[in-house]
Amino acid sequence: MDNLGSLRKTPNYDMHVKYGGKVVDFGGWALSVQFSGILEEHKIVREKVGLFDVSHMGEATVVGEQALPFLQKLVSRDLSTMVDGQIYYTHMLYPNGGTVDDLMVTRYGPTDYYLVINASNAAKDVEWMQKLAHEFPKVKVTDISADTAELALQGPLAPATLQKLTRYDLSKLKYYHAVRDVEVAGIPKCIISRTGYTGEDGFEVFTDPRNANKLWEAIMDAGQEFGIKPIGLGARDTLRFEASMPLYGQELDENTSPLEAGLGRFVNVDKPTPFIGQEALKKQVAQGLPKKLVGFEMVDRGIPRHNYKVAKNGKEIGYVTTGSYSPTLDRNIGNAFVPVSEAKIGNEFDVIVRDRPLKARIIKVPFYRRKK
Amino acid sequence: MAYPKDFKYTKTHEYIKVNGKEGVVGLTNYAQHELGDIVFVELPVVGKVFKQNDVFAVVESVKAVSDCYAPAGGKVVKVNEKLVEDPSLVNKDPHGDGWIMVLEIANPADVNGLMDVATYEKFESEAGSHH
Repeated sequence: MDNLGSLRKTPNYDMHVKYGGKVVDFGGWALSVQFSGILEEHKIVREKVGLFDVSHMGEATVVGEQALPFLQKLVSRDLSTMVDGQIYYTHMLYPNGGTVDDLMVTRYGPTDYYLVINASNAAKDVEWMQKLAHEFPKVKVTDISADTAELALQGPLAPATLQKLTRYDLSKLKYYHAVRDVEVAGIPKCIISRTGYTGEDGFEVFTDPRNANKLWEAIMDAGQEFGIKPIGLGARDTLRFEASMPLYGQELDENTSPLEAGLGRFVNVDKPTPFIGQEALKKQVAQGLPKKLVGFEMVDRGIPRHNYKVAKNGKEIGYVTTGSYSPTLDRNIGNAFVPVSEAKIGNEFDVIVRDRPLKARIIKVPFYRRKK
Repeated sequence: MAYPKDFKYTKTHEYIKVNGKEGVVGLTNYAQHELGDIVFVELPVVGKVFKQNDVFAVVESVKAVSDCYAPAGGKVVKVNEKLVEDPSLVNKDPHGDGWIMVLEIANPADVNGLMDVATYEKFESEAGSHH
């Protein structure tokens, strides 16, 4: 690797080097795009278990008497229904309904919340939250990103792997729930969250950065009998894409609402307590969405890619947000924004690949759903 | 992987293996390694005429789209149809079964200007992140 010296390193950086990762500049972070190869890594996670360094993700705590009222104003989902240990996927919006970021909120107690935000948006998000916090004197927002290492263990054999390292009974931890102050691999005070970005069962483990390499090695040892491999960002992207999980900057951005991105099931447009962007979303519901995300498969030979144009009868109607060869389906698939009138299963349009229109057909999402 | 001694090489990591008036063209081991898992090859059309350094094919890995540049000018006389069903041949055997096209070379001087194996091996090793 050359010219990567100026990049930020995660606490697991030495593991990328030791395990032969191909380190690249990922939004200012030195992270591996792949270890053994994207296709092999993708398959390992679908069939066995893979380990990801995701310490570039941002974390923040929101505590205090006004934690819930603050968060209710901040995000578009109604958090009043959460119970302790539960996690909600939600969105912070701009007043115009565009998305500041998508995030995970864990409730540990009625005045105690833990947020996981996107690496590329972390600084912007914290600024956005602290600005809003001025209206809530009894809430404290703390950016703990630099004090937090995050490793993701994903795949059908993730529970068997992690259970070898903790006395906590993982069968008690439901999907989208978390437990904190757990000992993992002899490391005290870890958080285990049953979440992920792959469409598989699995966990995200949060710990002190000083213990990150110890945790990494312990997980690799525990997973050896199950065929565990380290997984890079390339497979992380193909895995989340097949599972139709959005990526900020592609399916979501400051000009796109979660409703347009097909994430309405995570939004409470009519939440009784107002949130930033609520009026804009109500207007989108009343007047119809400006655009709608669809999933499609290529009919002609070719791979759709981010920002390729979508056309119908020679007229541009939208653009591709993510496109790729799908390793699990062995087909070329994509997501695209198109007008609502075109967003019907079976509808066909063209994706413009190197100036040539190639036929594509809208199909059902998610492209991939694991068998439970 | 050793580079064949009888090939000529470009700075953009294509090779050409000359057989009389024809040349077999493909990507070098370095190129396939840098690209990663190749999942699509857009082959040229037989009969098409290229000038030296024209884009003659597009190779796509999971994450990257990469143009391939003609090592010499000429007419395409044959393409490797096997790559339609199995693009990974470019990864598995870049200098053999992973060839892309056969070119009827228009101007032999184009080939003379390319790198020989010793020069390419040095060029490749200086190109960086190969380990």
